[in-house]
Amino acid sequence: MKRLAIILFLIPTIIWAQEPTGKEILEKIDKNMASKSTISTSKMLIHGARQTRTIEAKSWGMGDEKSFTEYLAPAREKGTKMLKLEDKLWIYSPGSDRTIQISGHMLKQSLMGSDLSYEDMMDNVKLLEDYDAGVIGSEIVNERDCWIVELQAKTAEVNYQIRKVWVDKVRYIPLKEELYAKSGKLLKRMELFDITKIGNRWYPKKIVFKDMLKKGDGTEFIIDEIEFDKEIPEYIFTKAALRK
Amino acid sequence: MIRFLFKGLLRDRNRSLLPILVVTAGVTLTVFLHCYITGILGDMIEFSAKYTSGHVKIMTRAYAENKNQVPNDLALLEVNDLISNLQKDYPTMEFVQRINFGGLLDSPDENGETKKQGIVAGIAVDLISENSKEIDRINIRKSLRKGRLPEEPNEVLISDEFADKLEVEPGGTVTLITSTMYGGMSIQNFTIAGTIEFGVQMMDRSGMIADISGIQNAMDMNNVCGEILGFLDSPNYDDIKAMNVENTFNDKYSDPNDEFSPVMTRLKNDSIMSGYFDYVDSFVGIIVTVFILAMSIVLWNTGLIGGLRRYGEVGVRLAIGEEKGHIYRSMIYEAILIGIVGSFLGTLVGLGFSYWLQEAGINVGDIMKNSKMMMPSVFRAHITTPAYYIGFIPGLFSVTLGTMLSGIGIYKRKTAQLFKELET
Repeated sequence: MKRLAIILFLIPTIIWAQEPTGKEILEKIDKNMASKSTISTSKMLIHGARQTRTIEAKSWGMGDEKSFTEYLAPAREKGTKMLKLEDKLWIYSPGSDRTIQISGHMLKQSLMGSDLSYEDMMDNVKLLEDYDAGVIGSEIVNERDCWIVELQAKTAEVNYQIRKVWVDKVRYIPLKEELYAKSGKLLKRMELFDITKIGNRWYPKKIVFKDMLKKGDGTEFIIDEIEFDKEIPEYIFTKAALRK
Repeated sequence: MIRFLFKGLLRDRNRSLLPILVVTAGVTLTVFLHCYITGILGDMIEFSAKYTSGHVKIMTRAYAENKNQVPNDLALLEVNDLISNLQKDYPTMEFVQRINFGGLLDSPDENGETKKQGIVAGIAVDLISENSKEIDRINIRKSLRKGRLPEEPNEVLISDEFADKLEVEPGGTVTLITSTMYGGMSIQNFTIAGTIEFGVQMMDRSGMIADISGIQNAMDMNNVCGEILGFLDSPNYDDIKAMNVENTFNDKYSDPNDEFSPVMTRLKNDSIMSGYFDYVDSFVGIIVTVFILAMSIVLWNTGLIGGLRRYGEVGVRLAIGEEKGHIYRSMIYEAILIGIVGSFLGTLVGLGFSYWLQEAGINVGDIMKNSKMMMPSVFRAHITTPAYYIGFIPGLFSVTLGTMLSGIGIYKRKTAQLFKELET
């Protein structure tokens, strides 16, 4: 009887010990997805209220701080380049031969008409630094068992005060994320599909973004090719590269 | 009886001339004031119509629902065909394309890097077509401060204050960063043709006027526009005409089940203007009512004085045996006749003045030249249907009421005292 009581007492403790904390989950996501550098070609299918547009681009990225994107299609966008260095963003337009720094309210504008904003693309938020993370439950998403991690902002400066992330319990990759305003209003939803093993990491080949305040059926971001940890010449991440 | 009283009016001018002159003057003022106020406030409405609302406005249903956000992604397509159909359906009206847009305006330094940048609120109108009346319609010639009007699609006007902020002068280049109607990034260079002063704080802070073809090109809106404004052929907004156009258009072109089908709203139903219409109606009503009341007191007094001045006459008539009721009634009939004649003459003169002011107008351009306001430079009266009868309210009723009140004294006079009164 005494032994049974000890077992019954220990069961919840064992189960409790198996559930990682929010912080541990975020660290594992980071470990799975972060890389020194990425080179990718991708396309965005923007399902607007009237029509669907496809935008093709090639991107070079160095950590979270530096990225360079060149738009390849359609003809109107071809040659447009975007450079992100830390929290600064420049756009080069071949039509006007101007390099423009995007700042202030423009960062909140839609990126190429998609459901993403420039701010979303910059995504300089350090989740572990700017949010308190806690596991609030688990749920099945796309037939995968997921932790639901809720992130509450520590400061008012971040764009989304509450985030909910559904994280695959085995592969430690987010399968769904919802971004909320302070009022609790759902602003954006992101769903990740085609989770593929690339090298030693799991990576989504397709992400669907939906701006909940916008008409249309969202934006599909499809990665056609991606390479990790390749050497990228430093000159790519300079303003001079925009005009080349 | 009427003929008798009318002869009395003509033959006994001492008795009737002054009351008629006072009634005529009062009614003239009432009619003129009504037309003048209606005209000035109507001019303000007309100005707003020319600038933003049109007498009627066509948008897609989806655009109309979110028009405060200026959703150019929901703009009207194939507008050239639509406008040519409209010109056939409503040949006396004029239809023009407009695009409202927002974004960033960026001025470059000598290396092409951003020197200054600011949020811009712009309006695109047809500035350069040969037959376009838009420059005069929105009165930008008067508001020009530096440079000249645009002559090419890539030339724009920006507010003087905004130009100072961006450190650009006419002839300089600015880059408009905005979205195409499909949401893509649009970065387009424009030349500053001139600077203007809007007189509206928000527009002076960040306003821009561009030619519609330049903006259509920049925003990938070829043969597309956000709004089509329609103007009736009458100089002032006519709600009944506009309502007819609205109903026939919506019956023919609008489909409630298609959010991209065009829908027409008339000026009075415009969300901003409907409040102003109510305000104008109340404002005109209050001013005219106060004035009518004031005039009524004056004319009532005229009636009273008229009655008192004839104290002796009434005494003699009573002394020779005329019935009190008969005297009282005849005085009231006389007052009515004076009221009708005075009101008629006053309305005629008031309408005459108003007609002159409606046609010629008062040019306040010189007085307002330092105000830098984008507002009508000529104020005009406007003759409306109520102007034909509004003067009769103080003119007829007040004189009659005044006479009725003063006439009550007839019944208080005692026959035994009449001769004593007459002797004195």
